[in-house]
Amino acid sequence: MIQNHFQVCAGIRFVLLHVICQDFDRTVKLSDQRIAWILQSSRGRSSMSPPAQPQKSPSPSQPSGKGEVSDLKLQLRQLAGSRAPGTDDAKRELFKKVISYMTVGIDVSSLFSEMVMCSATSDTVLKKMCYLYVGNYAKGNPDLALLTINFLQKDCRDEDPMIRGLALRSLCSLRVANLVEYLVGPMGSGLKDNNGYVRTVATIGVLKLYHISSTTCIDADFPSMLKDLMLNDPDAQVVANCLSALQEIWSLEASTSEEASREREALLSKPVIYYLLNRIKDFSEWAQCLVLDLVVKYIPSDSNEIFDIMNLLEDRLQHANGAVVLATIKVFLHLTLSMTDVHQQVYERIKAPLLTLVSSGSQELSYAVLCHLHLLVMRAPILFSSDYKHFYCQYNEPFYVKKLKLEMLTAVANESNTYEIVTELCEYAANVDVPIARESIRAVGKIALQQYDVNAIVDRLLQFLEMDKDHVTAETLVLVKDLLRKYPQWSHDCIAVVGNISSKNVQEPKAKAALIWMLGEYSQDISDAPYILESLVENWEDEHSAEVRLHLLTAVLKCFLRRPPETQKALGAALAAGLADSHQDVHDRALFYYRLLQYNVNVTERVVDPPKQAVSVFADTQSSEIKDRIFDEFNSLSVVYQKPSYMFTDKEHRGPFEFSEELGSLSVGVESAHNVIPAQRVDANDNDLLLSTSEKEENKGPSSNGSSYNAPVYDGSISLTVSQTQTETPYSSPALPTQASQSTLAIDDLLGLGLPAAPSPVPPPLKLNVRAALDPNTFQRKWGQLPVSLTQECSINPQGIAALTTPQVLIRHMQGHSIHCIASGGQAPNFKFFFFAQKAEEPAGFFLVECVINTSSSKAQIKVKADDQSTSQVFSDLFQSALSKFGKL
Amino acid sequence: MISQFFVLSQRGDNIVFRDYRGEVPKGSAEIFFRKVKFWKEDGEEEAPPVFNVDAVNYFHVKVAGLLFVATTRVNVSPSLVLELLQRIARVIKDYLGVLNEDSLRKNFVLVYELLDEVIDFGYVQTTSTEVLKSYVFNEPIVVEAARLPTLGPAAMFMQGTKKMPGTAVTKSVVANEPGGRKREEIFVDIIEKISVTFSSSGYILTSEIDGTIQMKSYLTGNPEIRLALNEDLSIGRDGRSIYGYSSSAGAGTVILDDCNFHESVHLDSFDVDRTLTLVAPDGEFPVMNYRMTQEFKPPFRINALIEEAGSLRAEVILKIRADFSSSITANTVLVQMPVPTYTTRVSFELEPGAVGNTTDFREANKRIEWGLKKVVGGSEHTLRAKLTLSQESHGNIMREAGPVSMTFAIPMYNASRLQVRYLQIEKKTKTHNPYRWVRYVTQANSYVARI
Repeated sequence: MIQNHFQVCAGIRFVLLHVICQDFDRTVKLSDQRIAWILQSSRGRSSMSPPAQPQKSPSPSQPSGKGEVSDLKLQLRQLAGSRAPGTDDAKRELFKKVISYMTVGIDVSSLFSEMVMCSATSDTVLKKMCYLYVGNYAKGNPDLALLTINFLQKDCRDEDPMIRGLALRSLCSLRVANLVEYLVGPMGSGLKDNNGYVRTVATIGVLKLYHISSTTCIDADFPSMLKDLMLNDPDAQVVANCLSALQEIWSLEASTSEEASREREALLSKPVIYYLLNRIKDFSEWAQCLVLDLVVKYIPSDSNEIFDIMNLLEDRLQHANGAVVLATIKVFLHLTLSMTDVHQQVYERIKAPLLTLVSSGSQELSYAVLCHLHLLVMRAPILFSSDYKHFYCQYNEPFYVKKLKLEMLTAVANESNTYEIVTELCEYAANVDVPIARESIRAVGKIALQQYDVNAIVDRLLQFLEMDKDHVTAETLVLVKDLLRKYPQWSHDCIAVVGNISSKNVQEPKAKAALIWMLGEYSQDISDAPYILESLVENWEDEHSAEVRLHLLTAVLKCFLRRPPETQKALGAALAAGLADSHQDVHDRALFYYRLLQYNVNVTERVVDPPKQAVSVFADTQSSEIKDRIFDEFNSLSVVYQKPSYMFTDKEHRGPFEFSEELGSLSVGVESAHNVIPAQRVDANDNDLLLSTSEKEENKGPSSNGSSYNAPVYDGSISLTVSQTQTETPYSSPALPTQASQSTLAIDDLLGLGLPAAPSPVPPPLKLNVRAALDPNTFQRKWGQLPVSLTQECSINPQGIAALTTPQVLIRHMQGHSIHCIASGGQAPNFKFFFFAQKAEEPAGFFLVECVINTSSSKAQIKVKADDQSTSQVFSDLFQSALSKFGKL
Repeated sequence: MISQFFVLSQRGDNIVFRDYRGEVPKGSAEIFFRKVKFWKEDGEEEAPPVFNVDAVNYFHVKVAGLLFVATTRVNVSPSLVLELLQRIARVIKDYLGVLNEDSLRKNFVLVYELLDEVIDFGYVQTTSTEVLKSYVFNEPIVVEAARLPTLGPAAMFMQGTKKMPGTAVTKSVVANEPGGRKREEIFVDIIEKISVTFSSSGYILTSEIDGTIQMKSYLTGNPEIRLALNEDLSIGRDGRSIYGYSSSAGAGTVILDDCNFHESVHLDSFDVDRTLTLVAPDGEFPVMNYRMTQEFKPPFRINALIEEAGSLRAEVILKIRADFSSSITANTVLVQMPVPTYTTRVSFELEPGAVGNTTDFREANKRIEWGLKKVVGGSEHTLRAKLTLSQESHGNIMREAGPVSMTFAIPMYNASRLQVRYLQIEKKTKTHNPYRWVRYVTQANSYVARI
């Protein structure tokens, strides 16, 4: 198939073949030397399309790719036995050609045996090319790969350490399972080699072997040899490789072996961490990052230790490599989470290095750092309020950088800097760069929504409307609408300006909808509102957006309720058009309004146009839990994507350093008959999920993770300062569990959902599915997505406390009540459980519970999340009653 | 942990391709290239350096018109991978002398040798040009640097000034020179990128200098080098000094907001006499990066005016003044200004006797461009442009145009006044006296005047 797709024309250099084809990646490729051009189509992918024919082909008879490969084959054979002078040079040229074909994606695996035959050479360059080739194709030719074993093994005993290392690396890279027996011997001697280079190769080799055949690797006892090397080898790179390899091996093994999870935890023991930290400067900058990633997970026993570590790492913040600096910052941030003052000092300390990294280095690097700065600014805007000038956009920055900067500017705006920030934003709004102009207007709007004193900002927004640029007008209208919902007192000024806007100049659906909403809502203040609406109704057919048509229906009806005689005609036309509308929602709404009006106009008014309460806080787009999650994953892609890792990675690829120390102490709910989950499946990343309690005393517990435990303490303080200045929605910060129930209710209110604040007096009986099943992945996803619908604390009777010797007892008990455990952990006095239950006749009706029991205080804290929030109180009652029966026979 | 590394040309061809872990399906290079080429997400036209397609993360940096790409499935540190890509590009450049598509294609076997040692099974082993020397056996095939697009800031030293041996900066660290003997030399470049925003009335709204002291060493035997900076240099503003605040900090002193250093730099005597001690590794590397927001005198003053001149006509007057010594010459100066989108035609009028000026109206993005090959210190230049408009501007023309932006490079000029007082190389023998080059250059990063 591939051979059809390339032609080779020999003897021509630098002739551009003109290829007529639509597929953009049908490319013209230059190989080297004598054969000048290889024309190749999109590497077999588009094998259905006809092969590209060069229009101005320089030679009518072109040898096919296949011919070329067999040509090479022939030449290689001739050279294989030759000992003539210059043979090596000729071989080099041939090998180069083979490798260049390989690079562009041409299959040259048929040359395998010839390549191996030619590899009997003392020329290192040749050897290396041959190794590269063999490594690429051995997997597909396991039988032929056997041919290479002999010379590779021989090279592993060469006197030149370079050759030994190279051969060992190639041997490990064959990726052929039935050849592993040949690997064990050379690997064993490689690990003991007196040359550091060979040992670095061998340590990574162990990991390669593990991936080919884990049993061979474990049986040969290589991991414990690595452990030994890690603690004793004088070569820092050997130590670093041992650490990488062991982290990967133990995390993968931990699912099946308790010993492995113990080993994995042992990597985080004080002696290991101190040993690595003390030699941090011996490591290469990359290995330093590796060590720092490990240190993040270490839990110091007291604050002295924390300060020692920070002092030791202080100068890493001045490193020119951004990766080292960010890894260090992560250590600092996570170590100090429980110490509010120091944590704040850390923010102050890291500001300058971060800003320096943002402005030095390439655009790509500065983007990666800026994403992290963005995260910190969003977490603690107040600490950055005097640095706002650093977030001004430069004209030549790409959109993704400007967007981050605008968000940061919005976040840090407070009384003292708002004027300057808004002035700057107005410059961007007038800019020729349309996407940025739009973002800037939105930013001004957001600042207006979060400030008390919006006087000046409203004026600016209204000036935007006078700029007479369509995109500016459109964005501004949407914002003015939001502003009016929050500050109805501004309606007079706004309406005066909005009333002057010709609806013909507003085309974007969102903006049009906003304008129509205002026309309806303020129809009594806009003298010609009925007529504007009428003309809009007349053009019903030309209105493509269903959203706009829906708004139009409502607005006309509101206008009618206030100014009936003037609007009657428009209303009739709108209802008629709506009833005939092909869009289901529009049709239904029109019909609904029609019947409502038929029934009673007063009721209609109560339904459609009730007196409104001003919105005080708009809902945040991202839950605080997700934000915390991202913060825990500082210095990873999560920060760049602004999503926690479970949203974009496969389970098995969460990363070598993502293994979690918690798992060792968390046994999984094996009792649950349908959920026999290997520990590994409870995601390694979910430390925070599994242990997000706010009990400070657990700090020192062996299973605690500094970050998640103390986060609420820190956040509490920040959210306090935040709410004082109104720079962010006060409810976006994670509230302490005791406040949570209030805040959920408050949010419900704000959203105007009108949910009853208290459960209805006679709740319908709730039946749970006895055989409910939920896999940990889904559990975890749901837990991340659903809001906490209830937080409660209840007491546990003394019998229950007495019975709670191990988590398993309670798990079994709850299962009897159709409440299943998915993960549990802890030891006296603190136990932690994750339960789930499912409504009997409803496959989607899941309840998720986090339950933390403190046996010394006999209290249980319960957090409930539910697919159907209206039943969470009922479920919680059920849960508590089940819990209260625990221990009673 | 990296799964694959590859380099793509501008057309999307694989120039080198290395799969380290075999976890990412084949065809990733194509998926990547399509995505970058046709990027369109939330109104963006340009792909960010990191993105995710089907649980595979793609990282890329653009160097010399080439795309250096890494893929992984793991949630790794983005800075680590991007730093690494940048570093790989630099190491390759150290070896090939010149980094471009041609040199890479000619030397791909050597590049594979490097890649084998830099990363093993996805884990970084070393990126030190020096350490790698012992693993590289191919001789680089040197490509002529002439007439190639300029690469990086060093390239500008090759223009105009005769003082520098132009080939030196594009010399491979391993290639032998025609004479057979290596020339002992070391280059220290102080490169400053300045950002200034002027308000419409000419006030400076924001200004910043981002500087790098870049070193490229061709010295044998790794001698110790002492690099002395201004004695009164102080670091950390607002008393937030990291190194102890110098009380003499007053007028005339150079105050850096912050700086960072290369690994090899020892700061033992930095507190005392502002000297950096280092054993320079082979190849190019930044000794120190610094950032300064202290006020400085901007090298150019920009005056821009746009006004209506009758119906459907407007006039733009651009004036630049070079505010530096007449012994210094700025080169590759380019002034750009967006004009109203309904501009249809522009006619330019230069001062009589103006040489080396180019003017252009970029119809596609409605921008006028004014290029000046050389601007001597102290001189002033004016451009008048007459615009023909297709609609009335309703007195709004000021809002429809600008801001004016400017790019330039000024050799032997540095805005921060940070200086290398001396560059001392530890002597191995009496006759050992390597060439030392200390060069300054200031470039515009974002140099903007609002109107």
